[in-house]
Amino acid sequence: MNKPPFAITLEVGSSRANHTGSWRVERAVYVDRMPPCNDGCPAGENIQQWLYRAEPGDYEPAWRQIVEDNPFPAVMGRICYHPCETACNRAQLDEAVGINSIERFLGDLAIEHGWSLPPAGAPSGKRILVVGGGPSGLSAAYHLRRLGHGVLLVDSAPQLGGMMRYGIPAYRLPRASLDAEIDRIVALGVEIELDHTVTDIEHERTEGGFDAVFLAVGAQLARRVGIPAGDSSRILDAFSLLHRVAEDDPPLLGRRVAIYGGGDTALDAARTARRLGATDAVIVYRRNRERMPAQGDELNEAIEEGITMRWLSTVNRFEGDQLILEKMRLNDEGFPEPTGELEELDADSLVLALGQETDLSLLEGEPDITISDGVVEVSPAMMAGENGVFAGGDAVPSQRTATVAIGHGKRAARGIDAYLTGGTLTDPPRHELATFDLLNTWYYSEADRTHRPELERARRQSTFDEVVGGLTEENALFEARRCMSCGNCFECDNCFGVCPDNAVIKLGVGQRYEIDLDFCKGCGMCVKECPCGAIEMVPEQI
Amino acid sequence: MTTSPVRFYQVGSFAVGNRLLDDADRTVQSDPHRSNSLDSGHRACQGCGEALGARYALDAAMRATGGQLVAVNATGCLEVFSTPYPETSWRIAWLHSLFGNSAAVATGVAAALRAKGKSDVRVVSQAGDGGTVDIGFGCLSGMFERHDDVLFICYDNEAYMNTGVQRSGATPPAARTATTEAVGPEPGNVFGQGKDLPRLAMAHGIDYVATATVADLHDLEAKVERAMTFHGARYLHILVPCPLGWGSASSDTIKVARLAKETGLFPVFEAEHGKVTAVSPIRRRTPVEEYLSIQRRYGHLFGEHGRPDLVARIQEIADQNISTYGLVDEQPAVTEPSEVSA
Repeated sequence: MNKPPFAITLEVGSSRANHTGSWRVERAVYVDRMPPCNDGCPAGENIQQWLYRAEPGDYEPAWRQIVEDNPFPAVMGRICYHPCETACNRAQLDEAVGINSIERFLGDLAIEHGWSLPPAGAPSGKRILVVGGGPSGLSAAYHLRRLGHGVLLVDSAPQLGGMMRYGIPAYRLPRASLDAEIDRIVALGVEIELDHTVTDIEHERTEGGFDAVFLAVGAQLARRVGIPAGDSSRILDAFSLLHRVAEDDPPLLGRRVAIYGGGDTALDAARTARRLGATDAVIVYRRNRERMPAQGDELNEAIEEGITMRWLSTVNRFEGDQLILEKMRLNDEGFPEPTGELEELDADSLVLALGQETDLSLLEGEPDITISDGVVEVSPAMMAGENGVFAGGDAVPSQRTATVAIGHGKRAARGIDAYLTGGTLTDPPRHELATFDLLNTWYYSEADRTHRPELERARRQSTFDEVVGGLTEENALFEARRCMSCGNCFECDNCFGVCPDNAVIKLGVGQRYEIDLDFCKGCGMCVKECPCGAIEMVPEQI
Repeated sequence: MTTSPVRFYQVGSFAVGNRLLDDADRTVQSDPHRSNSLDSGHRACQGCGEALGARYALDAAMRATGGQLVAVNATGCLEVFSTPYPETSWRIAWLHSLFGNSAAVATGVAAALRAKGKSDVRVVSQAGDGGTVDIGFGCLSGMFERHDDVLFICYDNEAYMNTGVQRSGATPPAARTATTEAVGPEPGNVFGQGKDLPRLAMAHGIDYVATATVADLHDLEAKVERAMTFHGARYLHILVPCPLGWGSASSDTIKVARLAKETGLFPVFEAEHGKVTAVSPIRRRTPVEEYLSIQRRYGHLFGEHGRPDLVARIQEIADQNISTYGLVDEQPAVTEPSEVSA
């Protein structure tokens, strides 16, 4: 070693010998928080993650991430009422990310390219009877096959799909998309028996030697009310109307059609009536617009198509071709009360859209199953009885949407798997919610939402063509990149860049970062400047 | 249908890195192999803006010169916290002489390199606001006037922080320092004309003058890179908040710098040959209260015995800057972040 210069007694050393980490009273810790979209998805999709995969244009991995949880992206990308978008933090910045439209784009792309679902698991030797081929039954069949269990899926209808086929009109869900996604599930080796109504579950189970049963019979019985009506008055229920249209056998409705009810089915019935040639399709609902259970998008689409609304009205009686309505008013609690004031509405037919009920007669004789309010009580693992009978979808207490049903199917499949392997279904701990105040939105570029194109109005009033179009690739990519990745690191390098002490180590693509605790002084800048709220300060144990 | 490429990248060029951008469009700081000119273990306070600004600027200069760089440092925080004998945090060729002479020393280094025929080695001189606008101003003005081939970088934290937060010629009106106490009818620093060094530098007619903050990394790096394309005197003025002297939270350093720009109090622009050539427009216009109220040096302007009249005078300064430099776009901002750094 050289002799140091005159008057210098020590060799030059690096300041790295000075471990400034000892100054720290708090340390930065990387966390994963629950994005509100994931939190809100009834099907349990990891939305943030599939958007993250779609952002660089890796569509197939993005689609594969969706089908981990939900085998129906093309269907859900059309009919889901997207609670994810309602929860989306971006809505507080400009507009929610169009998650639903990106899901549809990916779903359609998968059909176009013929991407197949992940393969069935190694055979477990167990067989499960799934009763009902709607969203819940199909979802359960899919997840059970992936777990290696044999599945027999029976349905009383001539085709699979349940309410997706017989309850949702084609202008909202084209049958080609539905068929493609169902076929993919069947191709995993699901045995199918159609036109078969199960009347005694215990009998079928013993006969077929099934290890467990999943009951997903839906809610197929239309709720009726007694409406005094003349002999010539034509009354039918919305579900049979939609069912018959789906089977290409539409009933005659006349030119003036009244629809009684305020849910999505009422809107579907009204819009269907319009397409069948009704000049007037009038929805009669006892409450007002704010209290209507139907989702906002569909109401707007219906009004655009010329559907008219009679708010705060009930049907008193139906005489010949005249409907007598009674006006209502909302009391202080928001409940409708009759006013005694009557008015007339010319109508050739009345469609009742007052909700559906479940036919549970097949459960008669099943021990330890509780039925309350017309639906089956289930455990968190979707088990209805101690003997391996599980239930889901509209037949259990729920919001009765396809997305919820798909989530039930997945959950039931896991519950059944746990039951068959002698375990219990345990949920991983849920991360803390990534709320808007945890984000630093400065870093996100300004970008308004891309909206899907809609079919011209004239064609919507006469045909069953799909109303809402899809996004182009360019638009879908743009929309995906509007995601703020709430609560989950997307490797923007901000923490790595803003540390005044170089105490953040970049581990490489996909590996994220690590805090160098030898030098981290605990200033907290990385936490404040993290766009997505994926770092937190934790007090040091001293 | 003709398609054009998607030109929206989630965080665009606001964040340090972005996996959706090409490597070339990412910052020097996002590179795991950046120079780290100022290494870990330095003794700057938690959340030091100057330590951050110095690494940002010098790493960019190192990239622009291919590592052929000499830095001269004035006395001040940056010098003291980085080189307590016998340690150094510098991973570049680095010299320190006195408080007021760094511009003159840099001139000498440039002359020596020229004499040795080392035309590829470039010289940076750096100082705090005290070493620039007060003590070092004579040497700096001479360097400008002689048009020496040096980039002078001022890390402006608006007072003498190293010696205990005394007022400098760059301290803003109403700010409390150890020598401008928050007492009397005009508490804090006086409402003078200030010493606006970027404009003084422009008055020398030198090739390149720019301002930047630690809150906009892409902009800062682009300016260092641009400065390195000139041979001659150049000046870069970087706002570096000081949690100690400003009384802001150590985690808010970048936020404070961002607000200085977004309020209009610190105009971010660049100028060539005495003329302003570009400004960074305000993205989310913010009243000065938001900037002032998170700093204890302005604490006497708020609360029960607050001075809304002085806040209003500071707002006037911001509004004046906005109109002088045209900091607010008449057109609403259009998404094209990748062009910000162009």
